[in-house]
Amino acid sequence: MRPVYAISGGVSKFNKARPDKTFQAIVKEAYDYAVADIGLDFPTITRLVDGSVASYFSDHFTRQLMAGIMVQDYLGLCPKPSHRVEGGGATGGLCFQEAWKSIASGMMDVCVAYGFEIMSHVETWKGNEFIALASDVSFDYPVGGFYSGYYAMMVTRHMKEFGTTVEQMAAVSVKNHLNAYFNPYAQKRNRYTIQDVRNAPMVAWPLTRLEICVMSDGAAVTLLASEEGIRKLEANGAQVPRPLVRVTGIGRGTDAMRMADRPHVDFDDFLTNYATEQEKASDETRLYYKTLWEKGTRYPGVHSFRAGRTAGNMAYKMADIHEPLTELDFVELHDAYTSSEIQTYEDLGLCRYGEGGPFALSGKTFMPGIDYGLDLPNQPECPVNPSGGLIACGHPVGATGLMQGVFAIWQLQGTIAKHFNSDTLQITNARRGAIHSHAGTGTYVTVSILERED
Amino acid sequence: MTKLKSQRDETLGGYVVHNLPFPVQITPETLQILKKLAPISIEQEYKITYLHSYGQDSPWFAALSNRRLLACKDQQHGYTYANPRGHDMYSGQETEWIDITDREARVHAFTVCHFGSEEFLPETPYVLVLIEFTGVNTLLLSRLMGVDPLQANLNWIGMKVLPRFIRLSKLKPTDVFFIPA
Repeated sequence: MRPVYAISGGVSKFNKARPDKTFQAIVKEAYDYAVADIGLDFPTITRLVDGSVASYFSDHFTRQLMAGIMVQDYLGLCPKPSHRVEGGGATGGLCFQEAWKSIASGMMDVCVAYGFEIMSHVETWKGNEFIALASDVSFDYPVGGFYSGYYAMMVTRHMKEFGTTVEQMAAVSVKNHLNAYFNPYAQKRNRYTIQDVRNAPMVAWPLTRLEICVMSDGAAVTLLASEEGIRKLEANGAQVPRPLVRVTGIGRGTDAMRMADRPHVDFDDFLTNYATEQEKASDETRLYYKTLWEKGTRYPGVHSFRAGRTAGNMAYKMADIHEPLTELDFVELHDAYTSSEIQTYEDLGLCRYGEGGPFALSGKTFMPGIDYGLDLPNQPECPVNPSGGLIACGHPVGATGLMQGVFAIWQLQGTIAKHFNSDTLQITNARRGAIHSHAGTGTYVTVSILERED
Repeated sequence: MTKLKSQRDETLGGYVVHNLPFPVQITPETLQILKKLAPISIEQEYKITYLHSYGQDSPWFAALSNRRLLACKDQQHGYTYANPRGHDMYSGQETEWIDITDREARVHAFTVCHFGSEEFLPETPYVLVLIEFTGVNTLLLSRLMGVDPLQANLNWIGMKVLPRFIRLSKLKPTDVFFIPA
């Protein structure tokens, strides 16, 4: 496979509603930004792009089938090849990886990955109903289909087994909302306290309204290219920033649609098939897990996502990452809920299973230089969701995974100040980051590693 | 103190309008003004009734309507699913039906939904539970009745529960629910 570079990106403003434009025109906002950022004009990029991948989750929200081709048309990319990908909340992450494949396989030299979602055309609770249709409509949805409810069940189990507290979850909300304060693309930019989070209206116990991502209208675009693609672009006037950002690892995992059907595997199975390289190598960690299993923990159960662990392990292996917490400079992960950010810390091996709660309040995942109003015992080590994540940026489903890609590109290019009009969220000397996209109750998960190539 | 509402509820519906303001004279200047106007939004209704087949899972619903709770078991290895599943995920073999109505059951995880999808909003607050059964490898999503939803407590996890069946079956998974034992 050939090296693949993420050379540019653009994000539309995420808002609760964007009635000012149709979805095609909102995607074009993000596309125009990505194209202008490498100094090209519309006719030139149109000539040089080999094809695209379209990302959007739902046909219900806009009551429009084949919306992807309408974007392809609007962007002037017909008759170039394209296809749509769909995998719930991970649609954007899948799209990014499909574009990667197009380049890595040699099928294309320049590929556009575009994603969008328009969620405002139905009322919030109807929107929740549409999203809940991404659970088994024979067995799950009719019982009271509600994704916040599904995730709340996961976290009550996490709390019971591991002692995770609502304050630890609320700290995630405080962090992500305040990070977003410095991100002009974010939908919710606020300073909250843990008490504010806990006092917000209860949605699904113990998750409050400030711990759940919001519905959003928005779009995001990334441009991926091979070395040959970059040469072609630059020969036509493009200014591709150096050092280049290369996609060095991709991984994917899956799990059962019905959360109730997830297995509860024994210790040996966990250690053989799911433990990270780092966990397997540590006597102390193996003993820690043995003790958990003796107390009744089984994997993944409903408290963990083996799809996320599988995706992470796969991507780390490809990118030659052995200790994610120290070898990643940041992670943009799918925090649809504060609780799922904590679950994902564990899946991605940033901490051990069962330790996500204390890890959330340790300070290791916070940004340096920002006063969160929290007493954090540790220095920042690997900021998680420096952009504000889904909780604060919004979650226009098909755009979300690509939005993470764009923010990761800008971090690694060192251009956050240029795009955010503030360098507060720029991670100093960021060399390697991960983006994590997640669907359903953990049904599809993607992890992609991006690195600055010095 | 209860927070007082500061906004009226937004609802769809309204007057039927048959014409909108538009320049009477078409000139380059008036056409240019069109780019500065607010967007038009219309209501579109979409209703459909599906004839949804439960296929090979149908006996599970038939059992509920007869006050029995079935599960599916792989005969070779014994792996047992609380939800119906025609074929085992490990052996690929066809599963067999077993009756678990009287198995010991406990709450594995729960939540109280204070909001919900539009269809379930009138039922809030309601309690969702994942039920674990003795000798069954997977869980069952259901509703828990007989607890105060405003007194949610982690101690509900591990609580013994019993299945109950509605008298007039709707042929839905909610034909069964659970109560504290």
